[in-house]
Amino acid sequence: MASEGDRRPDLEVEPRRSRLLEGLRFEGEGARGVVIALASTVVFLTAVVVAVTQSPGWPEVHRVFFGWHDITSSFPEIARAFVLNVKVFLVCEVFILVFALLIAVLRSLPGPVFFPLRALAIIYADLARGVPTILVIALLGFGAPALQLSEVPTSRVFWAGVGLVLIYSGYVAEVYRAGIESVHPSQEAAARSLGLSRVQALRSVILPQAIRRVIPPLLNDFIGLQKDTALVGTLGVVEAFNQSQIDANATFTFGSYLAAAVLFVAITIPLARFTDWLIVRDRRRRQAAGVVG
Amino acid sequence: MSAIALEGVRKSFGTHEVLRGIDLGLEEHEVVCLIGASGSGKSTLLRCVNLLEPLDAGRILLHGEEITRRGVDVNRIRQRIGIVFQAFNLFPHMTVLRNVTLGPRNALKLPREEAEGRALHLLERFGLADKRNDYPDRLSGGQQQRVAIVRALAMRPELMLLDEVTSALDPELVGEVLEVIRELADGGMTMLIATHEMSFARDIANRVCFLDAGRILEEGPPNEIFQHPHEPRTRQFLERIIQAGRL
Repeated sequence: MASEGDRRPDLEVEPRRSRLLEGLRFEGEGARGVVIALASTVVFLTAVVVAVTQSPGWPEVHRVFFGWHDITSSFPEIARAFVLNVKVFLVCEVFILVFALLIAVLRSLPGPVFFPLRALAIIYADLARGVPTILVIALLGFGAPALQLSEVPTSRVFWAGVGLVLIYSGYVAEVYRAGIESVHPSQEAAARSLGLSRVQALRSVILPQAIRRVIPPLLNDFIGLQKDTALVGTLGVVEAFNQSQIDANATFTFGSYLAAAVLFVAITIPLARFTDWLIVRDRRRRQAAGVVG
Repeated sequence: MSAIALEGVRKSFGTHEVLRGIDLGLEEHEVVCLIGASGSGKSTLLRCVNLLEPLDAGRILLHGEEITRRGVDVNRIRQRIGIVFQAFNLFPHMTVLRNVTLGPRNALKLPREEAEGRALHLLERFGLADKRNDYPDRLSGGQQQRVAIVRALAMRPELMLLDEVTSALDPELVGEVLEVIRELADGGMTMLIATHEMSFARDIANRVCFLDAGRILEEGPPNEIFQHPHEPRTRQFLERIIQAGRL
């Protein structure tokens, strides 16, 4: 299951994956490099396959996890349930982008007057990043509907979504903040010197530059969010992960988990590749222009 | 009435007192150059006039109106005072035209057509009309600084502050920027200019002020300051400049 543990620091601009891809270019080695790379890959893969399939438990594992019939028969149902994951992902993403920006802006307000707002934003970011996502979703998903307030929605999906928005906004706010702080103070001075108000300077000059710089780390957080939509299933809502559990329980095999994993990966891998592409493009542009911008 | 008047202006950063009581007045259409070593307080003085730095003591009057009093609308004051920075500080994510129209459209609330008309007129006047759709990183340093001057002029300021506007430029690009400033002076713009270009200062200034350790040590017409400085420290400074081949 997705967790905070596998998250990279928010603004590490070169992810591991892109370095792996760069390794695929066999720099300066020519045909000899390609041959060596191919040979070592074949040897490595053969060793792994042999080690796994020769293990004493392999026949049983093969039957339970890799039953082709189990995977294909559960796939349509899980795919239908996965629509909910995608919906939760898309709706939450919009709210996170807006809410996190608000928090980041509050935190960047200067001067002693705004100390309480800054403090609130800091406490919020600390809490959101400190509490396990699954706990927040359980607290809200089971707790909020139990209040039986007439104005408050009782849908568990709704509350799980609220939980995801609250948690992820903490991370995304930090990404925004890093972006805001990366814009040189002279930019604000130039905007204010023209008579623009603080809000106008923020909107026209600082935020457009800040957001452009943090698009790759933002996308990275959304890859995490897409995975974490599986946590909605812990409330008993039938989404892809929960559906695969239902299938697993019915057949006593785990092929359905594999089907669910394939669905998640089908979304997160293109997102990851897109992020890497943006990072590489950004770096090239910066090198071409010779300026950070 | 002075266009701008500084009275007993003091400013510290931490324990370091950068301005130690500055008294200075500029008449309308007057061009005053501030000279002095790095760290003598020239930039801080200009930033104080534009209210980018709050004063510790003293006051500043713009056409008789005290702009450093409590509760003053700093945005409205800054609209009347243009400043150009050493490092240009153009907005890299905007085209030249957008850089120039941002202030008029956002701060002065001019309609788009009027702001663009004003901007194009100025860009044309300074030979930048063909650059209007370019981003700043496509321009030379001299062009960027001219755009920065146009950006400030588009607000139709009563006073221009120039903060070592040629110090970040390659030597061959200094001329085109000084040309623009000379044209502004000929047009009657009131200007307070911090500069290291001594020959330019001698040429353009009505008055030169020598700043030393946060005080105006000596001031007067350029010929007097450059040829017959009274203060030993002024002489010392100018001798060093001459040795460096800058005068």
